[in-house]
Amino acid sequence: MHVTSPVRPPLVTGAKTYADVTEDICRHVEAKPTKEWWVAFIISVVVLIYGTACVFWTWWEGLGVWGLNKTVGWAWDITNFVWWVGIGHAGTLISAILLLFRQKWRTSINRAAEAMTIFAVLCAASFILMHMGRPWMAYWALPLPNAFGSLWVNFNSPLVWDVFAISTYFSVSLVFWYIGLIPDLATIRDRARNKVSRFIYGSLAMGWNGSAKTWARYEYISLILAGLATPLVLSVHTIVSMDFATSVIPGWHTTIFPPYFVAGAIFSGFAMVQNLMLITRVVYKLEDYITLEHIESMNKVITLTGSIVGVAYLTEFFIAWYSGVEYESYAFINRATGPYWWAYATMMTCNVVSPQLFWSRAIRRSVTWTFFISVIVNIGMWFERFVIIVTSLHRDYLPSSWAMFSPTMFDIGDYIFSFGFFFTLFLLFSKFLPVVNMAEVKAVLRSSSETLPKKVAGVAKGERMTSPTYNKDVQ
Amino acid sequence: MVGVYDDDEVILHAVPKLRKAGVKISEVYSPFAIHGMDDALGHPRTRIGIAAFLFGVTGCICALTLTIWTMGIDWPMIVGGKDPISIPNYIPITFELTVLFTAFGMVTVFFITNGLGPSLVNPNMFDPRSTDNKFVMAIDLKGNRMTEAEITQQLRETGAEEVNIKQF
Repeated sequence: MHVTSPVRPPLVTGAKTYADVTEDICRHVEAKPTKEWWVAFIISVVVLIYGTACVFWTWWEGLGVWGLNKTVGWAWDITNFVWWVGIGHAGTLISAILLLFRQKWRTSINRAAEAMTIFAVLCAASFILMHMGRPWMAYWALPLPNAFGSLWVNFNSPLVWDVFAISTYFSVSLVFWYIGLIPDLATIRDRARNKVSRFIYGSLAMGWNGSAKTWARYEYISLILAGLATPLVLSVHTIVSMDFATSVIPGWHTTIFPPYFVAGAIFSGFAMVQNLMLITRVVYKLEDYITLEHIESMNKVITLTGSIVGVAYLTEFFIAWYSGVEYESYAFINRATGPYWWAYATMMTCNVVSPQLFWSRAIRRSVTWTFFISVIVNIGMWFERFVIIVTSLHRDYLPSSWAMFSPTMFDIGDYIFSFGFFFTLFLLFSKFLPVVNMAEVKAVLRSSSETLPKKVAGVAKGERMTSPTYNKDVQ
Repeated sequence: MVGVYDDDEVILHAVPKLRKAGVKISEVYSPFAIHGMDDALGHPRTRIGIAAFLFGVTGCICALTLTIWTMGIDWPMIVGGKDPISIPNYIPITFELTVLFTAFGMVTVFFITNGLGPSLVNPNMFDPRSTDNKFVMAIDLKGNRMTEAEITQQLRETGAEEVNIKQF
């Protein structure tokens, strides 16, 4: 027998009908862009233009324009890369892992979170191209027979694994996202009034008809794609962490890296989803779809993953001492008390202390606090990568080559580029595509009705009274 | 003949009743997946999973062939004192390519079997509201022994709010 907890709050509030869902989401796609959207879009594009100029100059002049030196050969570029890849992980977690766990609250946020994944991975990939210095040689990373004798890429190297992992991750996420979009694009196509949108959404929807057979296959492949995306997303950040862990640099050469990086990725990604969704729900008036329940659930994930990250920091420190390796111990003491102590302190405060505030229900359910802490978490996670990369490199085995790193305007400008790129893409997405997965939201609108007899349904207080048909029956 | 229903629950219960009464239903179109609808209509279980598995096996074999042949046979190379063919190092790439082949192969099969492709309109449009909030049942009168009036009555009894005739 199916038992539904009567205290479980509804996922969508405001007694929405199926038609209301279509209307609420499609309205923004069909309307002209608002003034706020234009302001945000123009700012993003201006930032993007400035950033593009910086990237262009980086490539034109060479990597000498960055603050790198002989000792610190990786700095902001790889920090930004890991940061953006990590942010991307939340989208896959929401759409794939929560699908496998049958968490129905994912339906309101999965579309936007997956879009965020795709754009974040693009930003990450842009740093790979940047740090190559000669991006026109990027194809050298691919296993192609070349003109220098048939010397192949080194398949033993995590850097080559990364090429495969990131490109597979990007393309599979894109496919997963698009498959989910097709039914909604068909909805927009069937509502479209003018020729242009009928053409654009019509061609994107590819003749979707919503037959029972199609839906059965759709559900089936969504499940398999989720099953594939789950180990995939874990593998991606595992491989990213192996870029470090398989080297013999003190502070990098640790086996804890894969789980620690994956937890950190989900942590920062959920914080970014919070930031984006909190703005989107206000601008598009989606408070009935992205409720405080959704925000609270995401905050719980942030607290969990933030705590895992905190435990990982402490474990790392303990093992550095316990291993008895003097280089390893020094690397960690130097992190906490050396010239970059402030970066370490920022990381610890933002990542370990701030998410613990979410143990308070009032803070967890407060929009302002959530937004604020999410920003703090993302700052902290950026510093985590900075600490791992720069403070491990700047003082290694040879004290005579110890050095400090300071960013130039091009380090900063290239980072700014990624923000311009990300927000431009996200704003275009939020204007021209449905930000909430309408088909899936409609499917959970009355989740428990299949097993509850109609006479009983909706009577108990706090029962999911989300379906208008219930209310009709009860009255 | 097109029966338009207002509610997913109603149409899900209507399907077995109509089939019992001897009505042959061509297909049901809905704005979202209705669990159990394909069983109710008697559609066979989709075999797309078998295709996915075969694509996965292909990807796995391709990846192993690529890594073993390039690293161990075409240009044997010792990296980090390891054997030229060191399978554990190839597992990440084998995994990635398995996933890549499975996902793209499966999605291609999905597009082909569903007839999704370059098309500006829905070729099976029985009612434009079937992607919004209505649940549409399509019945081919030619393939049915019952008369139009009989089917109409059956549809009404099971809760259809509109019954329309559409020529194709």
